Amino acid sequence: MMGHYEAPIREPIITGDKSYHDVTLDVVAPIEGKANKSWYIAFTIALVAFLWGVGAIIYTIGTGIGVWGLNNRINWAWDITNFVWWVGIGHAGTLISAVLLLFRQKWRMGINRSAEAMTIFAVFQAGLFPLIHMGRIWNGFYTLPVPNPLGSLWVNFNSPLLWDVFAISTYLSVSLVFWWTGLLPDFAMIRDRATKPFQKKIYSLVSFGWSGRAKDWQRFEEVSLVLAGLATPLVLSVHTIVSFDFATSVIPGWHSTVYPPYFVAGAVFSGFAMVQTLLLIMRKVSNLEDYITRVHVENMNKVILVTGGIVTVAYLSELFVGWYTGSSYEDFVYLSVGAATGPYWWAFWSLIMCVAVIPQFFWIKKIRTNYIWTFIISIFINIGMWFERFDIIVINLSRGHLPSSWTMFSPTFVDIGIFVGTLGFFFVLFLLYARTFPVIAQAEVKSILKSSGNNYKRERDNPTAKKEEVKKETVIIKEEVKEEVAIEKIDIASDEEKQAKTNSLLDSLGKFDATTQKPDDLKKISGIGPVMETTLNQIGIYTFDQVSKMTNKEYDLLDSITGSFPGRAQRDDWAGQAKKLKS
Amino acid sequence: MSSKVIHALYDDDDVLLNAVKEVRAANHHIEEVYTPFPVHGLDKAMGVAPTRLAIMAFLYGITGLGFAIWFLNYIMIVDWPQNIGGKPSGSFLENVPAFIPVMFEMTVFFAAHLMVITFYMRSKIWPFRKAENPDPRTTDDKFLMEIEVDGNEDEMTSLLESTGAIEIKVKEKH
Repeated sequence: MMGHYEAPIREPIITGDKSYHDVTLDVVAPIEGKANKSWYIAFTIALVAFLWGVGAIIYTIGTGIGVWGLNNRINWAWDITNFVWWVGIGHAGTLISAVLLLFRQKWRMGINRSAEAMTIFAVFQAGLFPLIHMGRIWNGFYTLPVPNPLGSLWVNFNSPLLWDVFAISTYLSVSLVFWWTGLLPDFAMIRDRATKPFQKKIYSLVSFGWSGRAKDWQRFEEVSLVLAGLATPLVLSVHTIVSFDFATSVIPGWHSTVYPPYFVAGAVFSGFAMVQTLLLIMRKVSNLEDYITRVHVENMNKVILVTGGIVTVAYLSELFVGWYTGSSYEDFVYLSVGAATGPYWWAFWSLIMCVAVIPQFFWIKKIRTNYIWTFIISIFINIGMWFERFDIIVINLSRGHLPSSWTMFSPTFVDIGIFVGTLGFFFVLFLLYARTFPVIAQAEVKSILKSSGNNYKRERDNPTAKKEEVKKETVIIKEEVKEEVAIEKIDIASDEEKQAKTNSLLDSLGKFDATTQKPDDLKKISGIGPVMETTLNQIGIYTFDQVSKMTNKEYDLLDSITGSFPGRAQRDDWAGQAKKLKS
Repeated sequence: MSSKVIHALYDDDDVLLNAVKEVRAANHHIEEVYTPFPVHGLDKAMGVAPTRLAIMAFLYGITGLGFAIWFLNYIMIVDWPQNIGGKPSGSFLENVPAFIPVMFEMTVFFAAHLMVITFYMRSKIWPFRKAENPDPRTTDDKFLMEIEVDGNEDEMTSLLESTGAIEIKVKEKH
């Protein structure tokens, strides 16, 4: 057990005295069970919002961008605000799965799967905006450098908007394969448990035939590590490139060299807030309280505190540099009509409150470790970070170099509708994910169970109170080897005693009528091989229905008839298995 | 060649690791070990050669970078050396700062995707591939060691029994 040593100061991150099998059962519970009423209510609301958004998008494309609240001066507003907001949210997923993997943080295991799902779904939403904010979306493919009959006419690689195309598509595709590769062992587990044929087919398809060989695992871990090493600079570069949309411009308030790191810090900040919002609900709804514990929530709050601090420092440095440059345009940015005292003062102060002030409450341990407070503050952060992007984009555009083009922006219902639609779409995807995907990376959680499970830690801390060793008996099975170890054929008819037992067995299980019923493939029951199936058929047991009625009494009868492998049927729970196969 | 294999089932990763070491010490060849999660040190104990996927990823990354440099140079400098907003287009180096974001993304893109595809090909995993783990419990909480039997069935069985296997199954090889 030395390999699982961990300093006693570390708190357990898996509670509830879990065994490996318990982890399996907890992870598959939402998938194998049925959705409850609140899931359907939430799903319906999300679906309605999504459809409303689809309507707003179709209206925009059909009528023109003029249905939005944009004007001549403020030509980016909710569209790009929402784009940056969604991309930012997506960053926490990669941070949790990649950066925390590089730093060997074990607490990432409980949350990485859902955080990555959140990344993927958030980047889907983000990816919509660069498309639908185009005036001519049907020419969108011109952003790709594809040989064409116009010369070839290429794209201009000087534009950060083109860098965005490369950054977002690389980010989405790499995140997707990273996530999917991690899912293979978990899908394989569901596949091997599935009893319904359709479910089995689906999970066989998506698990790509994962078998969990030693070599597979060795490669799997190497791939995860290298992908984490690639995803970390990727996640930094993607939001850096998004920040270039503004930082490379000449607009006062946008042209700033602090943007790349500051946007990335903001992305991690807002992303973690969204992870908190989602997981605090999910741990309750999906009964994952033992895997997403107080320790996870507190650690995430600490990351929020750090990145929130970085963002606040960036605000202060912007303020300082705005004053220090002596540029009268830059001077506007914070203290003048450009922000704090202008017509958008409410947006500016909401930002300061939600991002720079409220998260500072996490310095207090009582608040940091409290689920309710964490949830409330995470909502404030989500709102605050939306305002950050809105302020950067809209306030700076509304008060530019030339006072004659100063203007205001107000969104139309289409702007709002599309944003609501992306929220709906996000939750549609996330809710479907929560019911069909293993939301905890069970293979990873199992690998840290012995170092971080509370039962194992307890044993380690009190070696005297160690569990008594249960001596396990080895079961040796040779029945599935045909010919060599063939079971003696049971001649039932000749043995009167056996005949009587058989009759009483069939009385309780029900007789098989070959004219109306079809025999089932009893080999599907684990523990029944071809030989045993023949034996059962000789006795007169052909269907799952019959097997499912077996109780201890019938097991004993069966054992005494066949005279082989006593207790086998009971141990493998043939009746339970048959019951599942029957349905 | 023998036509039989022994499947020894374990219910604990530490027991399995010891068993692997003992079986190897007794000079038996372990065909395969199936585990539900990565057991650290298992590949070392089994004597599995280290994987070269990281080296491949590096080479793929270099390929991506080379491709990006070639195609940015071709498009921006060779084919249409235009003046776009006063950006210099006389040579690649003059305008290289604007190319770095795309060069970087292409490097990551090639390295990540080609490595993952290589992994899938080498480990033979892809959609519609049939799973080959002999016991469905090996993706849940059991660990299975597969050893070829070469006329020494009883000896193998008792050795495996002594290593703490919970179930030993002699099977026809297929």
